[in-house]
Amino acid sequence: MSACAQDAPLPHRPAARPPVRPGWAGEPLRLAALLAPAAVVFAAFFLLPLVRLILIGAGGTAGWSAYLTTLADPGHLDSLISTLALSAGVTLVTLAVSTVAGLFLVRNRFPGHALLVALLTFPLAFPGVVIGFMVIMLAGRQGLIGTITQALGAGKLVFAYSMAGLFLGYVYFSIPRVILTVMAAAEKLDPRLEEAARSLGASSWRVVADVILPALKPALISAGALCFATSMGAFGTAFTLATRINVLPMTIYTEFTLQANIAAAAALSVLLGLITWAALAVARSVAGTSVAAAG
Amino acid sequence: MRDLSHRRGWGFWLQLGFTLLVCALLTVPMAMSMLAGLTANYFVGLKSGLTLRWVDEVLRVYSGTILLSLQIAFACLACTLVLGVPAAYALARRPGRIARLVEELLMMPVAIPGLATALALIVTYGGVGDLRGSWLFILIGHVLFTLPFMVRAVLAVMGSIDLTTLEEGAASLGAGFLRRFATVVLPNCRSGILAGSLMVLTLSVGEFNLTWLLHTPLTKTLPVGLADSYASLRIEIGSAYTLVFFLMIVPSLILMQGLSRRGRPSV
Repeated sequence: MSACAQDAPLPHRPAARPPVRPGWAGEPLRLAALLAPAAVVFAAFFLLPLVRLILIGAGGTAGWSAYLTTLADPGHLDSLISTLALSAGVTLVTLAVSTVAGLFLVRNRFPGHALLVALLTFPLAFPGVVIGFMVIMLAGRQGLIGTITQALGAGKLVFAYSMAGLFLGYVYFSIPRVILTVMAAAEKLDPRLEEAARSLGASSWRVVADVILPALKPALISAGALCFATSMGAFGTAFTLATRINVLPMTIYTEFTLQANIAAAAALSVLLGLITWAALAVARSVAGTSVAAAG
Repeated sequence: MRDLSHRRGWGFWLQLGFTLLVCALLTVPMAMSMLAGLTANYFVGLKSGLTLRWVDEVLRVYSGTILLSLQIAFACLACTLVLGVPAAYALARRPGRIARLVEELLMMPVAIPGLATALALIVTYGGVGDLRGSWLFILIGHVLFTLPFMVRAVLAVMGSIDLTTLEEGAASLGAGFLRRFATVVLPNCRSGILAGSLMVLTLSVGEFNLTWLLHTPLTKTLPVGLADSYASLRIEIGSAYTLVFFLMIVPSLILMQGLSRRGRPSV
């Protein structure tokens, strides 16, 4: 065997790598020590507080059933349902818009292409409050959309301070991230599949529907779950636009600060955390690696 | 590259128009807000003249929030470097079920809304000494939220190079662990460390979800001040303040785009 021949100068070497190498004696211990600071900080400032929050959620007169009875409150249930509907809508619209734009950018090269990609992905790290302000710029009382509709004689259209404004804000926030995901996935597609479909006489639309979209499905599911989770949990945009918008993060905030109902706030935020965590678990199991930045 | 340029039909122009429209949706409000921050009277419009008056006023009234945000961002960067890089190394050297579990746990502060994390911190540590009124309380929240990004960015680079072989080479030449870590591991991961650092700084400076509940009147950060100014002040001041914020994060956003074009870290 040739491998043995190559190893011949080191006759005592039992395998390709010796079990104990110089300087490697205490490796497991050393790795544990390197991980320890992060683990201690994480346990003390995240896990422990989270357990505390979960216990407080169950600490009211209703006990553990508080996690169900808190939803019996019509205000809370309404808020949960409207947040779920909003997030689902935002996810669908963002996926549609970003898939069209992302596929176009991957499949075509033209002057200004790099600039367009840079501009589209620029707002990636904007915080929610700034997104809210962008919505005010577009659809607020002195906003662009209102000015245009007024000039067209249709009256001033102002919708920034409502659910529609929040919808626009979350789509704005999610587009850059989803476009990046779509582009990364589309660049990895095998062009031969498309060529094969074309050579068999498939039209452009058939190629997109039968070849490209199925191939992009994992990336779209993952990006969609990410978008959904972010829309469920985001707080800054809603806070900027109006405290009256009835979404779950605003309800939690109101319960905590105005009603001083800490048990309800805790129960609702644990529920919200479960929903976003589950959505992101879906994203990771489908696509492997992607992390959300909640705005 | 699948260049279909030889036959650009109406489909091409339709899709280009759509993409430009999406781009306008994202960039026009940014441009409008920057301009509004420099306009003497936004209601009257540009003909009222350009001025730095609003920017001056923001710097005068809100310089405290800007400095505090920078202070927290760099402290947060120091913490995530000290905690995150060694942790990423440990996870990269022993990939397996336990490493995946630890990674999954470390990602939780990103998966769970900032509001929930902030509430949990308040009910647990809100009554401990002077912590509630200190900027360190905000720092704790920011470290939790940004640590996953540092770990992920460094881990992505460590996964793409053969760390074991590099280290074995150094070890066979007699380098001890600290020496290997400082002269072999860290230099080989610098692109990941840089990408993670930029991400941490940008996220910390813009963090609001956690910060809004963790802050006190004496520990207002930039995004907290932004929310204040949007709610109560004239649109020119809110815009000028946003302009200052853009100027602070734009350099790191551009650097990040440049980095991701060279080799996209999966963050």
